[in-house]
Parts: sequence; structure tokens; C-alpha cells
Amino acid sequence: MTIKQLSIFAENRNGALYTVTDILAKENIDIRAFSVADTQDFGVLRLIVSDTDKAKQVLAAADMIVSITDVIAVEIPDTPGGLSSILKVIYDNNVAVEYMYAFVIPHTNSKAYVVLRVPDNDAAVAVLQNAGITLIDDRTVRQF
Amino acid sequence: MAYFQKEIETASREQIRAWQDERLVKTVNHVWNNCEYYRNKMKDRGVEPGDIRSRDDLYKLPFLTKDDLRDAYPYGLMSMPLSECVRIQSTSGTTGKRVIAFYTQHDIDLWDDCCARAIMAVGGTKEDVVQVCYGYGLFTGGPGLNGGSHKVGSLTLPMSSGNTERQLQFMTDLGATIICCTPSYAQYLAESIHEAGLRDKIKLKAGIFGAEAWTEEMRRDIEERLGIKAYDIYGLTELSGPGVSFECEAQAGMHINEDHFIAEIIDPDTGEVLPEGSKGELVFTSITKEAFPLLRYRTKDICVLNSAPCSCGRTHIRMAKPMGRSDDMLIVKGVNVFPSQIEQVLLSKGLTSNYQIVVDRKGVTDSLEVRVEMTPELFSDTMGAMTQKETEITEALKAMLGILAKVSIVGPKSIVRSEGKAVRVIDKRNLYNT
Repeated sequence: MTIKQLSIFAENRNGALYTVTDILAKENIDIRAFSVADTQDFGVLRLIVSDTDKAKQVLAAADMIVSITDVIAVEIPDTPGGLSSILKVIYDNNVAVEYMYAFVIPHTNSKAYVVLRVPDNDAAVAVLQNAGITLIDDRTVRQF
Repeated sequence: MAYFQKEIETASREQIRAWQDERLVKTVNHVWNNCEYYRNKMKDRGVEPGDIRSRDDLYKLPFLTKDDLRDAYPYGLMSMPLSECVRIQSTSGTTGKRVIAFYTQHDIDLWDDCCARAIMAVGGTKEDVVQVCYGYGLFTGGPGLNGGSHKVGSLTLPMSSGNTERQLQFMTDLGATIICCTPSYAQYLAESIHEAGLRDKIKLKAGIFGAEAWTEEMRRDIEERLGIKAYDIYGLTELSGPGVSFECEAQAGMHINEDHFIAEIIDPDTGEVLPEGSKGELVFTSITKEAFPLLRYRTKDICVLNSAPCSCGRTHIRMAKPMGRSDDMLIVKGVNVFPSQIEQVLLSKGLTSNYQIVVDRKGVTDSLEVRVEMTPELFSDTMGAMTQKETEITEALKAMLGILAKVSIVGPKSIVRSEGKAVRVIDKRNLYNT
């Protein structure tokens, strides 16, 4: 059980991120979560959006480099220790994490969500589900 | 005025002409008899040694280019038995375009003579201390000026390049009076001398600077900061090395050693010989070399010749500082760089040919940046994968060029295209006076 993440190449210059968000806004695409990673020269914008395929299409049409990656989204209680309980499972089971970021959806009863990028989705999903952790899928993301 | 070989350097134009006629015929016969590559090239052109009776017939000979040197690598253009050859030298740093040249002992003697003329033309005598900080080894700079300094009888400091601290120590302790290096290194040394507060401790009076393009502004800068006269020297490994031509005290063009080399200016597009005073590509024919004679070698340097009498008394024709290149070769940190080499590396790493080379000079240090447009294939959502790719490209470029190039990944279609074609090279250094 995975969700789709958009990854967008962003040059390290003023307005690079705005160009992306502006296009999405005009297409009425909602951003659920995002993170930015950067080097000295460029950045990568990672987004969870309401309509991944449409977002990819409109961004690519604007000459942007966009890819879609399957990532895992974990539901955690939005309380102290919530993130820690998930990380313990990950650590105990030797799951490597390339990167992660979190988001909350205000109307979802104190739930927070952590996006995990791992080298082997199937193995990580099995580990997390065995530990009784709730994962969400694209359909759930769209309904937020 | 002091000359190393007065009778030759101040010979009449008629005498120089007579030497050229006689030596050209001799060289053409020499390569015809001893070098199959030349023989085939001349046959292809329908020329035989008998067709070349004086330098008026020079135009009948086919041109030789760097491609010939590569095709004939390694021994194809050697025109003496290996048993008579005593040395090779090679062009700097590049794997794809490496050129090697061979020398007999006689060739080295004549090369040393040319460099000795250059040293005496800037006022060098046997009383001088000549610090040679060109690289020694395959590069011709060090061995050439070293040999010339010996012939003059100067005390020679064979420093080779780099290790600035040691350069300054010997320069001050031994009282070096003439320095030989690249102009950019001279600027770097000047800076270091000022930083170390050594300006009053140096005894330099002149510098012989070559192996790179440099401007009159750089000359003034070096002269002011070091309190010396700065002179230009020109040469190519293929032709022997530095000393093909050199500046005299007039600092008004470089005297070509015409008893050893015949210079022509051609239209780079048509190959047609242009009249004196025209701007075009400089072509050299060596007429005294034994091991590695070059007939009508295209230097790709854009230049003008001037046979007006010079105040120094030398009668040999002068060439202006090269005004550019007829190919796209760049010299970065003293190393020859062809954009095609960079393209080859990028393509081998699965990148598109959307790239741009940016050369700049911060202070006195050249920098080389290769901008590559991001492609869907190169892009990844993880940074590690992309930085690894960047590192791979950087290392492959280093292996190909011999110098470090900074690789920058830029946005798709961000490299400016004019008339649909990307501008491949941006050289911000403005090295040519135009």
C-alpha cells in the first residue's frame, strides 16, 4: 500500500518554487504535503497532491522535469511520542529511509501522516503492517 | 643591442630568403625519402619533391593538421630512424588530443638556440639568473627555456611549476633577474610577492611569458606589480616548443625564427594564402628539423604578420599576438581543452548534448564550469542519486581533461540558444585584444 509522490526539479533561483505552486493553483490542484531538498545548485520539490497525474501533466507541459515515485504514507497519532513509535519499528527492523517528511490534516481527528521513501516498498510495508501501523493509499489522500 | 646569433638574427631579407629556399627543398626531400605518411600525403596531392624548388612553391604542398598528428600517432610522422631520436615532448594534459613530437640531438640544439635568442632579446646575459617556472617533463616550456638559458650561459634555476613558496625563496635568495612562466602564473607570483612583502627583495628585471593568450592589460599589470618588462614568447610543441617566435625589447610583435620556420597566413576557410598584413590563420613549415619536420602545419591561431624593420635591428618577420582561434580550443590553466572532449564525456554518461562551458578567471586563477541541463533520465527524487551522478561526471571530465571542472546541473532549456543552437562556450576572460 503506497501513495504517489510528485518530484519536481527546481533550479536554485528566485521564484523557482512559486512557478510550480502557481501552475498547480491555477489548475485547482491541492497540495497535501511538501518537502524541499537542495544542494548548492538545485533543489527537488516533493509533493503529495490531490491529483497526481493531472499535476504531472500540467507541470511537464510547462517544461518542468517531473517524476512520480511510490512512497509509503503512515498514519500516526498527533500526540507526543507518535512519530517515535513509528521510527522504533523502522529502526528495529533495519528499514533504510532515504528521506521522510510529515503532514497533518486538521479535520482528521488528531491524526498526522509521515511520508517515507525507502529503497524497498514491499518489505517496508510488510514490516509496518505487521506492527499494526495504519498505512493510507491514494484514495484516502484524495478524500482528505 | 645584444644578440645570441647576430649574423642570423640581423641577416638581410635576401639572405633569409635564400636560407628558406634551400632548406625547404632539403626538408621536402627529407620527408619524401624518410616518412611514408608525408610521401602518401604528397602523392595524394599530386606533388613530388621536384615540384618544390623554392618557397614560392610552398603553396603546392598539402596542409598538415592536428588530425594528421593523431592519425600518425605515435611513430607515423617520425622522419629519422629511432636510433637517431633522443627525446619526445608532448602537449599538455589531454588524453583525446595528445600530440607527441620527436627530437634528434641536433633538433634540441636548434630549439635551445631559438630560446637563447629569446632570452638575449630581453636583455639576458651570462650574468643573469634565470628562474624557469614552466613545467618540466613532457611540457616543452621548462626544457625549452632551460636549454636556452644554458646556451646564453645564465645561471639556470630549473624550478618547474608550482610550489610558490619555494619559488619565492629561490627568487629572493639567489637574486633571480629573469623569470620564465605563464602570464597567469606571473600574476599569481606578483600577488604572492606583495602579500609576503617581498617586493623590495626581488631583483627581477624581465619576464618571458608564454603558453597562454594574454592581453596588453595583463602585460601592464605584471610590469607594474613586479617592476619588470614583460615579454611574450610563442611556440607549439608540434614545432619544437617555445621560441618559434619571441618579443624583443621593442615589445612590438614576436620575431619568427625564419631561418628555422617559414610562416604563412591563410584564409582558414579556403586555405588560400593571404598577402602580408592580412589577418588569417598562421601556418608554419619547419625547415631545419630532422626527427619531426612539419610542412604547412595549421596552428589554428589567428594572426597578422609584419615585415617592417624593427628598432631592435632584427630582420626576421614579426607576428602579432594571436587574436583568436580558428577552432574552438580553449586554454584553461595552461591546458588545451576542446569542447568536443567535454561533449564526449557527457554523452558517454548518458547525458544529452545540452551543455555549456563557462571559463572565467577569478583573480589569477582560471575556472572551468560545465553546465548540464537536467533531463528526465538524470533526474531522481533522491539527492544521493543525483550528486553521485555529478561526481561521476566530474571524475570522468578530470580523467579526460587533466584539470578539474565544476559540474553544475541547471534547469531544462535554461541554456540559451541562439537560432536554435546552444552557445557552447562562454569565455569571460577576454584574453584577446581585439
